[in-house]
Amino acid sequence: MSEVAIDREIDRSKLQVSDEVAIEITMMNKWYGDFHVLRDISLTVNRGERIVVCGPSGSGKSTLIRCINRLEEHQKGTIVVDGIELSSDLKNIDKIRSEVGMCFQHFNLFPHLSVLDNCTLAPIWVRKEPRKEAEDRAMHYLERVKIADQALKFPGQLSGGQQQRVAIARSLCMNPRIMLFDEPTSALDPEMIKEVLDVMVDLAETGMTMICVTHEMGFARQVANRVIFMDQGQIIEQNEPEEFFNNPQSDRTKLFLSQILSH
Amino acid sequence: MSDSRKPFVASGDIPPSPPPSSVVGPIAWVRANLFSSISNTVMTLFGVFIIYSLLAAVIPWLFIDSVWNATSLSDCRSIDNGACLAVIKERYLQFIYGFYPEEERWRPILSFFLMIVAVAPILFAGVPRRVLYLSGLYPAIAYWLIWGGTIWGPVGVVLGLVLAVVAYRLITTTLPAVVGLIGGGLVLVLWWLFGVEIFDGALTSVVDIGLPVVESSKIGGFLLSLIIGVSGIAGSFPLGIALALGRRSNLLFIKALSTCFIEFIRGVPLITLLFVASTLLNYFLPPGTSFDVVLRVVIMVTLFASAYMAEVIRGGLAALPKGQYEAADALGLDYWKSMRLIILPQALKISIPGIVNTFIGLFKDTVLVSVIGLLDPVGILNPIRADQNWNGIVWELYGFISIFFFIFCFGMSRYSQYLERKLQTGHG
Repeated sequence: MSEVAIDREIDRSKLQVSDEVAIEITMMNKWYGDFHVLRDISLTVNRGERIVVCGPSGSGKSTLIRCINRLEEHQKGTIVVDGIELSSDLKNIDKIRSEVGMCFQHFNLFPHLSVLDNCTLAPIWVRKEPRKEAEDRAMHYLERVKIADQALKFPGQLSGGQQQRVAIARSLCMNPRIMLFDEPTSALDPEMIKEVLDVMVDLAETGMTMICVTHEMGFARQVANRVIFMDQGQIIEQNEPEEFFNNPQSDRTKLFLSQILSH
Repeated sequence: MSDSRKPFVASGDIPPSPPPSSVVGPIAWVRANLFSSISNTVMTLFGVFIIYSLLAAVIPWLFIDSVWNATSLSDCRSIDNGACLAVIKERYLQFIYGFYPEEERWRPILSFFLMIVAVAPILFAGVPRRVLYLSGLYPAIAYWLIWGGTIWGPVGVVLGLVLAVVAYRLITTTLPAVVGLIGGGLVLVLWWLFGVEIFDGALTSVVDIGLPVVESSKIGGFLLSLIIGVSGIAGSFPLGIALALGRRSNLLFIKALSTCFIEFIRGVPLITLLFVASTLLNYFLPPGTSFDVVLRVVIMVTLFASAYMAEVIRGGLAALPKGQYEAADALGLDYWKSMRLIILPQALKISIPGIVNTFIGLFKDTVLVSVIGLLDPVGILNPIRADQNWNGIVWELYGFISIFFFIFCFGMSRYSQYLERKLQTGHG
């Protein structure tokens, strides 16, 4: 869809991919009732990778990343996150969830809590950190997403872009090793998309492992090291961004790219 | 007009200016809301006429021509033609206490004021948190004050809770929480069934601290309404939350249990349940256990209201966007923490009007206990109206009861509005 330019130098030297495996998905399948949403998904993500997942609506891309922190349950195959296999064991699930941050399309901030309390809630209640320590770190991350001056406001008083930045800070407060983004800019006005993308670029430069479902092809070109195209529950094509955009192999990819890049 | 179609560039900022006096101020309000059109003007005048007629009838009746000093209705009528308030003056203590012994009436009064103190920290954030200990102990204190008897009975009941918590702690040091809950519950039930009596007997023989016993049959009037209403409200709220969560649970057994309970209780009239409480329940209880009738009624009213409460709260839970549940999950909060910190605060806030609605309904339903012979304010009416002196008096008595209920119900309504305003956090 839109291609917001990231008009700053990205320090490519910081974008290092290590050999360590962060996420390993093997032959994963999922059904909603009779509907086969995810088909034989296999994907290995190394630490430090920035992966953009794209595809037409209903292709299963959101479902895929929601399986990684078990917001959705898969029925076949394995998902191993940080060496822990996702099974129905609740302890494993909570452990993985506290290590994997997630940002949603509609931010999903807690409207009854202030921005600061949104950020400190999980560290205090899940990690049992002292309040002071949690608040200090929350302020640090709010500073980093440039919204520290709004810390005492409630989410309802912020713009969409500001809310999404708070949501990113909230996830970071748990010191996640992996961040999942589920269409983080799709609900935003054009002028707010950029402020969120800037924060995501910053995050990439810290070496964070990121999987982003997004239609921001500018972000994919400049930040991602791999682009995955999905259609009808399958991974159709994956490649480095340069190759992916300039030399798509499959017809479906070509069609998709022609549709989203034509305007 | 033609100018506005030409290409145009703003030459500068237009400074903000105050609105014209025709859109702000009391006169503008009156004009806009009361006399904005001919039909509205007619309606306004008609409304004013109705209000005037009502006041013109009520004020002389209640304040000017009313009779405070008389010994019977005919006496009243011979003095003046207004309200015969002498009956209220003569009987108001009965309306408040029922037949509670006169020399012991300081006990309900003390309980009432302690209740205000105990409820304050729950209702208002500004009250010191330490008062909550009193709130926790209040049911036992109030029970002892109102019914009297030895102090060791209520102490024993509270002690049961302490024992249950200790048992839970001890068990969970080695075993999982579920075993702890079952063990704690078992200790509680066993202690309440057998332990309390022994404890009570033993300590009473050593140190006999007690108040004169007041039978339930003596308790009546607004005192009884408040006992049933306040206990019902305090009990049905947590029970309703538990049932609402149970009905949305993924655990089939808990879900089925909650659903059956809610549907059964909601499907039966309250009066039926009250009759069960007053007569049938004795058949189901082990022989020899005497279960106070007021206590039985309180339990039934609580169960009845909790079913409604559960559905109101379930509505609030369903109204929350799915994203809130997901965000809480994604941060690694477990079920209880996400309910307590994220879901319930929001769901309960959404449900405030419905919850208060249920509370008010419950409080007014307490007058139904008169059908099983308890002397709530309506039950008190009958002996008064059967009295030769006051035979035929209606308006004054029902009006008096209505005012009492109105004060409490209106208070609850205002409080709920205050709470909604307080919990308002922006337009999100």
